[in-house]
Amino acid sequence: MADVAVLPADPASAFKRAQQGKSYWRRVWERLRDDKVTLAVIGVLVMLLVMVVFAPWFTVHDPYTGSVLRRLKPVGTPGHWLGTDEVGRDLWARMVFGGRLSLLAGVVPVFLALLIGGFLGVAAGYAGGLVNSAIMRLTDVLYAFPSILLAIAITGILGSGLQNTILALTISFIPPIIRISESLTTQVRHLDFVEAARASGAGPLTIMRYHILNNVLGPILVYATSLISICIILAAGLSFLGLGVTPPSAEWGLMLNNLRQALWVSPLVAALPGVMIFITSMCFNLMSDGLRQAMDVRL
Amino acid sequence: MTQADVAKQPVVSVENLHVRFVMRDATVAAVNGISFTLEAGQVLGILGESGSGKSVTLRALMRLLPPARTRIEGRVRVAGHEIAAMDEAALREVRGTEIAMIFQEPMIALDPVFTIGAQIAETIVRHEGVSYDAANRRALELLEMVQIPSAARRLKAYPHEMSGGMRQRAMIALALSCRPCVLLADEPTTALDVTVQIQIILLLRKLQQELGMAVVFVTHDVGVAVEVADRIAVMYAGRFVEVGPTEAVIDSPAHPYTAALLTSTVLGSAFGRRLEAIAGMPPDLRALPEGCSFAPRCRFSEDRCSASMPPEFALTSERMTRCLRVAGREIDLGGPNLSERNTSRP
Amino acid sequence: MSVAKDAALLVGAPRSNVRGKLGRSTVDTDRGELVGQTRPLLAVENLTKHFALKGGLLNRTKAVVQAVDGVSFDVQTGETLGIVGESGCGKSTTARLLMHLIPPDIGSIVFDGLVVGAADGGLSHRELHRQMQMVFQESYASLNPRLPVAMSIAFGPFVHGLAKPAALKRAMELLEAVGLDPMVFANRYPHELSGGQRQRINIARALALEPRLVILDEAVSALDKSVEAQVLNLLVDLKAQFDLTYVFISHDLNVVRYISDRVMVMYLGKVVEIGPVDHLYRDPQHPYTQALLSAMPSMDPRRRTLKAPLTGDPPNPISPPSGCRFRTRCPFAEAVCETASPALLAPPGEELRAVACHMHVPGSGHSRAATMVSP
Repeated sequence: MADVAVLPADPASAFKRAQQGKSYWRRVWERLRDDKVTLAVIGVLVMLLVMVVFAPWFTVHDPYTGSVLRRLKPVGTPGHWLGTDEVGRDLWARMVFGGRLSLLAGVVPVFLALLIGGFLGVAAGYAGGLVNSAIMRLTDVLYAFPSILLAIAITGILGSGLQNTILALTISFIPPIIRISESLTTQVRHLDFVEAARASGAGPLTIMRYHILNNVLGPILVYATSLISICIILAAGLSFLGLGVTPPSAEWGLMLNNLRQALWVSPLVAALPGVMIFITSMCFNLMSDGLRQAMDVRL
Repeated sequence: MTQADVAKQPVVSVENLHVRFVMRDATVAAVNGISFTLEAGQVLGILGESGSGKSVTLRALMRLLPPARTRIEGRVRVAGHEIAAMDEAALREVRGTEIAMIFQEPMIALDPVFTIGAQIAETIVRHEGVSYDAANRRALELLEMVQIPSAARRLKAYPHEMSGGMRQRAMIALALSCRPCVLLADEPTTALDVTVQIQIILLLRKLQQELGMAVVFVTHDVGVAVEVADRIAVMYAGRFVEVGPTEAVIDSPAHPYTAALLTSTVLGSAFGRRLEAIAGMPPDLRALPEGCSFAPRCRFSEDRCSASMPPEFALTSERMTRCLRVAGREIDLGGPNLSERNTSRP
Repeated sequence: MSVAKDAALLVGAPRSNVRGKLGRSTVDTDRGELVGQTRPLLAVENLTKHFALKGGLLNRTKAVVQAVDGVSFDVQTGETLGIVGESGCGKSTTARLLMHLIPPDIGSIVFDGLVVGAADGGLSHRELHRQMQMVFQESYASLNPRLPVAMSIAFGPFVHGLAKPAALKRAMELLEAVGLDPMVFANRYPHELSGGQRQRINIARALALEPRLVILDEAVSALDKSVEAQVLNLLVDLKAQFDLTYVFISHDLNVVRYISDRVMVMYLGKVVEIGPVDHLYRDPQHPYTQALLSAMPSMDPRRRTLKAPLTGDPPNPISPPSGCRFRTRCPFAEAVCETASPALLAPPGEELRAVACHMHVPGSGHSRAATMVSP
């Protein structure tokens, strides 16, 4: 038998005072710390978020005021360092303020889909049997539609605007999140430690809370962040098609549509919103990749 | 060198093999100075627990380790080839033809999307350049040689359609398809049921005798080593701590680790008595102690054991030990006499 | 001690013989309670579980896996019953049936006289889990990788109503009991521990609810031999310290011989032989047991095994052979073995054991049975 120290009288503090182990999330953090690329990308995204939230502080001009005289000024024009759009509004201001709607339409649907789809998927995975079949077959039906077409159909029916865009995109992203949640939960459900938890008489909700969620949330979260990059593009696409955000709101996809005619006149200016969409989407993609790699900790 | 000279040399000759894995935060010293020779027709059993480096040693003989992280030092000569010096293309010609390997899990070697017959035939065609017809005929012969019933039908079977023992036999057939002179076996019976295990052991013994192969057989099971090996090398923390003929090692072990291993295994005769478990845990291969790796757990250890790594002492021409005290005849480990331990319960 | 042990061994015989031998009825059907001499802690009767393999377009049942078929046995208080068998024999399924992790198709489990799952006066499943726990085979999946090990141990008591601080206190005490310093190990995560340490945590988790019977399903199989010895010593100590009864399932015949008082041999979902460990190992009666024991590798290099006792693999439990399931590999199989399934009965003159083989039943129709003298 090991040489054992005398247990302190107060059990709660004894537990806290015992040597700390290195939890899984701590190891993920340590790996992430060494990943320069992902840290840089996260830095870029944080910077973007700050600029977008505190937009008035970063811009000089009003994004809604245009001037016919100053239409389509090129990049580098004094006073408008990124030029102006087809109505004479400062492009930099439009981009920064537009970021608010673009990011909102890019992140919120995934977040909502995560809540709804995650709940349904984990429930389906744990319950098995008929409940599982019901939820998964419903998911299959929604999956039959390509996500962009589904989003177009929904906004076509409901009309354009930010709220409907978010609604349509949320519905499009619920099926993939249900799929991955169900798959992960099913895998974890049959592991020995879950059986042991059942063998100690715990009910389904307790088991899900202490044993299932903490094992599946990580991968689901990573998958969700990879969906954000797609969602940004889809939201921009919907606005481009006129089904999303309406003018005169600033939004990158909408700006791309409006500047389409100016492509031959002022190509650089016309391409800028597209570049912004690309950069943001790419950053989310790289971040999710980096997270996935950091979380792939060999036990 | 003349043909006669080549014939006189041992089939496997390893000198001072070191294998290190360079990881992000540490370097793992998996194998730390192994030397042995093996003649044709002989079976060497490497006995050790997990973390002893036995599987790494085996893979080093074919250089099957990930090249990016692995550092191999020492001389490895198998079937006349200098393994450590060859390039990858030359190695690929040698692997599977002159040196073959069988594994604990047959699905490592068998491709699930091809039939058994197709896999064996393809190997033969690729290495020996004969026609597919000739290769198929030989595949049938091989399946019969490994005692797979209804061999003709099994040629067209996929791995998942066969039971565990059948898959193991199919893997052995695949390994022997190009008539290797050296067979490397990495715990091939560990995952099998006991009645299947003895069949595979007997099959390997028979094939080894018929084909005259030299075999290096890695296992953690003393009984399996006794059944299969002519000589046993006991491995601990990347080194051989004892080598000798099987009978000698089992009857009178020459290293405290071997003795402890033999007495702590449950042999059905220690009923009612406490098992003499080996205290402590195997050492961390990232930070091996200075002296004898087993000293922290050895009940005979003294200060000088931990001072520096004991060299290999030759007790006789056939026996080696790395224990200072045994070599100096200071301790007598006395055999546990396994074969006679069948006393009844008190 | 030895008298009590003999009595226990005596009553350890299958209940069908206890009835005849002692002339008492064993089940009082009105109350679902066991009446008898020394009441076994666990009495299993006719346990059966078939799994349907579904497939095809309409998810129809393609085949039936007869995992466990009509298994009956007793476990006496304070003993260790070993269960051995090869793949497909149903021992792991039996363990899960006992723990009620999967429900049986047919059969009853009676724990300390109370019928498990009976509507009135029986033992609820929740209560059963307080009295009977299981130690799983060590693997990375046996402990929740996201929880500190003390939380894994404390989970059981916590679920049964103990407040968190008290549950953690019990966890710390159990860590001590299994030989791990709580101040060092309580907050550690499974990946920071070795296999032997993780298995000790598994054992502590099983003991957290203070059960009376512990099922050990291949509890030492994944461990190195030297660690296995340490854990076996621990199990023996804990059994004495906490007054436990063990059901020890393993494929390793040596380990089972070391730790068990009685041993039960299973083949393809059925019990083929059961008896005191010494008798069974020295003089096995069933041809399968004989083959199993002689298939163990020899420890003497001078007396190596020359012939395998059985050929082929253990068959698939999907379509087991009719009659005696072992007949396809049995060297003594005859016509009667194909038509009639042998019952688990004590051979003539030996009350302590039971064998399911026609050769040991006089008048069964087997040529070798006729030579045996009936009592």
